[in-house]
Amino acid sequence: MAPITIDFASLNLMTLAPMLVVLFGALVILTIDLIKSDLDKTLYTTLTILTLFIALGATLSLNINERGLFNTILIDGVSVLGQAIIIIASMLFIPLALTKRKFHEFSYPEFFSLFLFMVFGFQFMAASDNLILIFVGLETASLALYTLIAMHNTKLAHEAAIKYFTMGAMASGFFAMGAAAIYGLTGSVEMDTIAKVFQERLNDAGILIPLIGGALLMVVAIGFKVSLIPFHMWTPDTYEGASAPMAGYMSIVPKISMMVVAMRLFGIYLELDIEIIQDVIIALAVITTTLANMMALVQEDVKRMLAYSSISHAGFVLIAIALDTTKGYSSFFLYYGLFMFTNLGAFTVLWVSRHKYNIHDERFHHPYSKFAGMIHRSPISAIIMAIFMLSLAGVPPFSLFWGKLYILSAIVDSEWYIVAVIMALNSAIAIYYYLKLIVYMFLKPEDISGGKVVYANRALSLEIVIGIAAFVTVTSIFYIDPLLSFITNLVGASGY
Amino acid sequence: MSNILTVLIFFPLVAGLFGFMVNQKSIRAYGIAVAAAEFLLSLWLWMSFDTSAAGMQFVEKLPLIPEFGINYYIGVDGISLFIVIMSTLMTLIGIVALSIKENLKNMIITLLFLEVTMVGVFASLDVILFYLFWEFSLVPMLYIIGAWGGPKKLYAAVKFFIYTFAGSLVMLIGILAFAYLYHSQTGTWSFSLTDWYALLLPFDAQTWLFWAFFLGFAIKVPMFPFHTWLPYAHGQAPTVGSVILAAVLLKMGTYGFVRFSLPLFPDASVAYIVPVAIISLIMVVYTAMVAYAQKDIKQVIAYSSISHMGVIVLGTFAMNVEGIAGSVFLMLSHGIVSGALFLLVGVIYDRKHTKMMDQFGGLAYSMPTYATIFGIMTMAAVGLPLTIGFVGEYLSLAGFFKVSPVLTVIAGTSIILGAVYMLTVLKKTFFGPITHEENKHLPDLDGKELWALVPLVAIVVWLGVYPKPVLGPIDNSTKALVQLMHEKAQTDLAKQTISVSKNSAKEAK
Repeated sequence: MAPITIDFASLNLMTLAPMLVVLFGALVILTIDLIKSDLDKTLYTTLTILTLFIALGATLSLNINERGLFNTILIDGVSVLGQAIIIIASMLFIPLALTKRKFHEFSYPEFFSLFLFMVFGFQFMAASDNLILIFVGLETASLALYTLIAMHNTKLAHEAAIKYFTMGAMASGFFAMGAAAIYGLTGSVEMDTIAKVFQERLNDAGILIPLIGGALLMVVAIGFKVSLIPFHMWTPDTYEGASAPMAGYMSIVPKISMMVVAMRLFGIYLELDIEIIQDVIIALAVITTTLANMMALVQEDVKRMLAYSSISHAGFVLIAIALDTTKGYSSFFLYYGLFMFTNLGAFTVLWVSRHKYNIHDERFHHPYSKFAGMIHRSPISAIIMAIFMLSLAGVPPFSLFWGKLYILSAIVDSEWYIVAVIMALNSAIAIYYYLKLIVYMFLKPEDISGGKVVYANRALSLEIVIGIAAFVTVTSIFYIDPLLSFITNLVGASGY
Repeated sequence: MSNILTVLIFFPLVAGLFGFMVNQKSIRAYGIAVAAAEFLLSLWLWMSFDTSAAGMQFVEKLPLIPEFGINYYIGVDGISLFIVIMSTLMTLIGIVALSIKENLKNMIITLLFLEVTMVGVFASLDVILFYLFWEFSLVPMLYIIGAWGGPKKLYAAVKFFIYTFAGSLVMLIGILAFAYLYHSQTGTWSFSLTDWYALLLPFDAQTWLFWAFFLGFAIKVPMFPFHTWLPYAHGQAPTVGSVILAAVLLKMGTYGFVRFSLPLFPDASVAYIVPVAIISLIMVVYTAMVAYAQKDIKQVIAYSSISHMGVIVLGTFAMNVEGIAGSVFLMLSHGIVSGALFLLVGVIYDRKHTKMMDQFGGLAYSMPTYATIFGIMTMAAVGLPLTIGFVGEYLSLAGFFKVSPVLTVIAGTSIILGAVYMLTVLKKTFFGPITHEENKHLPDLDGKELWALVPLVAIVVWLGVYPKPVLGPIDNSTKALVQLMHEKAQTDLAKQTISVSKNSAKEAK
């Protein structure tokens, strides 16, 4: 065996800059807490935002197509886009800590440093093409995330965290087994080597079964993490138990980092024209979208409805990944970029109306009936929430329509016409439950039995976040073009 | 003023946003002023329109999403010009006749937003832009039906929304597939209608796309068997909602056939004349019979709307100048007549809070002016010569006669059936003795109702006697359209059926 030589030039710390910034920020917060203990959450929130701001700058100034950390980090357009979306979503999320009511978790500085550790983990997943490093990133982020959910410190939050933890542990198990299978076949955990070896061994007798088997284990792992049906069981309960901003955050960031992994991994299989993998992913996506939409129809709680809706959105974008075209990958990032603003906006509106205890309903925090007649009480909130709902449903001219348009177009370009029609008709199913909330807000009389929306949690920072989300949702038509060319350039530059 | 069309589209939007600042008490005057200004703008458009030219005028083109070939591309020709004018007119009249008291401000602002989408749909030359307006028009209508409607308003509003939304999503796939085919033939992305017109498609592709677009348009029209949302929507909508729905929103579907289906897929359109004609005939005859069976006046008019829309579709699929020009004219006349009829039903509903025919009788004694106007509109709906209804119906059927005399004869029964149910309404409501004591003292039309209805009566008679100022430009543009279809047609059948001049059909034989 030849001795291993490590060249320090291949460390290339610059590629790690965005992650190191986040890590440093997290450690600073911990240190400050050590020195002085009675500091307010506003300080930590601001520090977190500033850290993320610098990380965002570092991400956008990365050189495309460089490798670092001994060849385990791959900075291509996809990892830049993934990290940018993760960081922006985190920046939108963290001001939601500054609520009027005091919530348990935000009084601990550890919350903020854990949060940054989690962002760090997700960034790693998006930026690495080494299966082991991805696994480490996944575990770092997930463990932090479970804790963050549990820190909400209600019965339901504990249930949510434990449910998520068990399911997440199982998913990690599948990931490890899948990675092991792939390693067994190729003798490598580096995706570019894996791709090469697959290419060489494709014609070996009997190779397809372990090859596909490994991929299917990965599908299960990814399915759990991005909550595809039938691996979605934990999602609605976890979303319900977690605080509204946490739920909104979970519907975006963990999913996008796992989707980027899926993109890199399944990209190898799709390059080799192993059609069964493509068929499996598309079938999963169609099933996920359709069933999640149907389950969302019968929900009585808006947050659970949004949980199912985010499952169906995840199914919808999964197709874009399975297409293996530049347009498909670009449309995925476009969609998630727009979805991030709209969905965080919608969850923030729920957060604003959140009470410490259930006053509307025995079971739910946000039953539909709570929003009845909202237009008479607070017309602007009602209109903004309606805009978010219409955008989620894909009604033009709001932002998600363009995402939907572009994904559908990518599907049509790959000549999956039937799938395109099914996905389009899914929007028609989905419109019902989004309309249901609009109908409650605008068309139903106010519920006198105490079921009125009270803005217990209202604060300036929340209003700003909602304002930004609404602005981005409404004015989409003016920035879609530059955004699209930015995304397409980056995706194209990474060879997808 | 070269960008008058942009002003026409977005003036109500700006006015609607400013409307939030206007006091509740003055909002009615504000609404009327804005709608009147919009209507005058559209008349100005007509004045500066070159009636001898057939092509698109007032064209504006700005890149919106150049990466994907989407432009802000608008323009009108003889076909869309008058539908735009009708939309602004009916919005004005709807606002003038508003009898709603609660939340008047929201209603007026919603109507102004709706007007933006209506004018936008008919003026768009970019398919995605068209789709934007087309889809967004659902939202204000949902609110109008849902907030001011009858007892089952929520059901009706949501049904209306989901039905049309589902149809248009299939159309969206059609649009994207067309764009993809365009891209694979030319190498560039474009959603401009004029670019699309130049594209020749193989018959197979035409067939699929034709039916995808057809579904979107057919649900909007609404064609049998997708018509079930309409009676609910009309039954529950407030008067102004029904007026706009019948007069303008339904026309989006038939306009779509003329603007998209026929010129984009000439071969497929010709190949499927018979199935489409049969669906239209079922629409015409079946809904006419259903109309006769109704006890509610508004439902009679709702079903008669569907029946007339059937004649419009039939005329469109005649594939010749008479038929298409006639059906475009029929769109206008049906818009005005059905709008007026819904207004008239609204008048007695405001007075008695019922629309049931058996609650009335002998109204001609107590409300003579009302009865006269209702009579004139009934005649126009039936298609009596010298009213606006006759011209379009005659031309549509005459056009389709060249395609199939037998089917035309069956469709012609719609005139008889129409007379049967409309005259029944007239008889039961206005003639005979007054059976209910309280009907003796019903007040006749008041000022605002007269202001709304008399102009419509004037138009009905004017265009019935002398349709040329409107029919002329429509005819010009239709000729150009048919010419284009004739040039694009690839199959022999299509070449023969699409006849450009009045004699070419005979020559072909």
